[in-house]
Amino acid sequence: MNDATTAERPAAADTSEVRPTGPIVVPDPDMNPTRVAARDVSVFYGAKQALFDVSIDIPERSVTAFIGPSGCGKSTFLRCINRMNDTIDGCRVTGDITLDDRDIYDPSLDVVELRARVGMVFQKPNPFPKSIYENIAYGPRIHGLARGKTEMDAVVETSLRKAGLWDEVKDRLDDPGTGLSGGQQQRLCIARAIAVSPEVILMDEPCSALDPIATAKVEELIDELKENYCIIIVTHSMQQAARVSQRTAFFHLGVVVEVGPTEHIFTNPKDERTHDYITGRFG
Amino acid sequence: MTEHIVTSYDEELKDLAVKITRMGGHAEKVLTDATQALHRHDEELAMRTINADEQIDRLEHEIEEQAILMIAKRQPVAADLREVIAAIKISSDLERIGDLAKNIAKRAVAVQSETGANKAVLGIDHMSRTASEQLKDVLDAFTQRDVDKAMKVWHRDSELDAMYTSIFRELLTYMMEDTRNITYSTHLLFAAKNIERIGDHATNIAETIFYLAKGEPLRDERPKQDASSFTRADYPQSDD
Repeated sequence: MNDATTAERPAAADTSEVRPTGPIVVPDPDMNPTRVAARDVSVFYGAKQALFDVSIDIPERSVTAFIGPSGCGKSTFLRCINRMNDTIDGCRVTGDITLDDRDIYDPSLDVVELRARVGMVFQKPNPFPKSIYENIAYGPRIHGLARGKTEMDAVVETSLRKAGLWDEVKDRLDDPGTGLSGGQQQRLCIARAIAVSPEVILMDEPCSALDPIATAKVEELIDELKENYCIIIVTHSMQQAARVSQRTAFFHLGVVVEVGPTEHIFTNPKDERTHDYITGRFG
Repeated sequence: MTEHIVTSYDEELKDLAVKITRMGGHAEKVLTDATQALHRHDEELAMRTINADEQIDRLEHEIEEQAILMIAKRQPVAADLREVIAAIKISSDLERIGDLAKNIAKRAVAVQSETGANKAVLGIDHMSRTASEQLKDVLDAFTQRDVDKAMKVWHRDSELDAMYTSIFRELLTYMMEDTRNITYSTHLLFAAKNIERIGDHATNIAETIFYLAKGEPLRDERPKQDASSFTRADYPQSDD
């Protein structure tokens, strides 16, 4: 996919300033068990360091939101989780990231399989130039997840149903995916990610290009999906992060400043930087 | 705290705080005037005080409307959200204080015709002064966002409660001594109760200030000294 290489590069951080000792982590006793864990993850684009020792636990079957100003490293970190940063020239990742306690950078791990288990949805909907049916079927076919047409039909229907798109497209599965509206295309991309049975779904500003109604439909979908998937969403909309997520992490200058239950972050954040950002006081 | 990038947001928040302060000033005045009217049997002052309640009601509507509009427009979070919520809650408490003071003024009108003195008036005067101090202190605490000051008000309310209990007992004895005292004493009893309620509203405001500054509600139980609910009257034995 092209989006990783054309994605915004984070601003070069000023390494002369004193780094804080670590994020403020507000514990949540109701938090689900950890699915994805990062420890001391740093990312370099050539000589420039974009992420500084990021450590965070992402719980299963819930939505974790990453918020922060442009260039803070949230999308960079997101792309580490399915190793999309591997496709960027000169990009180097250090530290540990585990999925279900297994190191995702382990040489014996199949990165293609990783990207099926950790699906990604991008800011601009990017359906394949194929029919709606083929958009969904492509992944399962490549991964050998369906034998024969009947099984494939079932996979396609299930995925489209889970994405809330089936009723709208069931009579035109052979139409091109690009012929759908923006909101439908995005839900098609979500269905495509779901079709290969992922465990984690990464969403990089999935609603930025959508109108409010399409946005609401995607948010409703996220609410349903969180019952079964670990979802991480990067978003510029504070209100969206507050609405859809159970846990929120605030990134600033390549560092996680604060992470905690969403209602805590938006009603009583502990760090002044978090507070200034969410209340619109960042100069 | 630094300012919002959008300056009109800061202006709206400031305007909200200014309106609360103004409303508080009106509330302080009607309490003082109502008690004075009661003490001095000043019917004209009482009537002016009753009419003054309208300004307080009007300010409450303005504050509520502005707060609701801010919530719709700005989707405030964190401290900004607490500011807006605090404005709604405090204006509601101040409006009730205004009503209670208006009722005291109405009692002042009702006792116009009483010719005799009632010693309890002195106690009520003292109680009212304490309540006025509480109100002034809590409004200062709001302006300065001073939690310690607010907590002092919160704790001091037990003083008002104790004063009320004592006035309650005093008025009972006057009523038992001579049935001609009953009308006057009953009006004074209501007036004293209203002052005690004003004190309670001042502590509500103190709790809101705590929430505003700390970001979490005050969980403690306020010490209460109003024993009037449990006070029994010992009627003198009749001679058979």
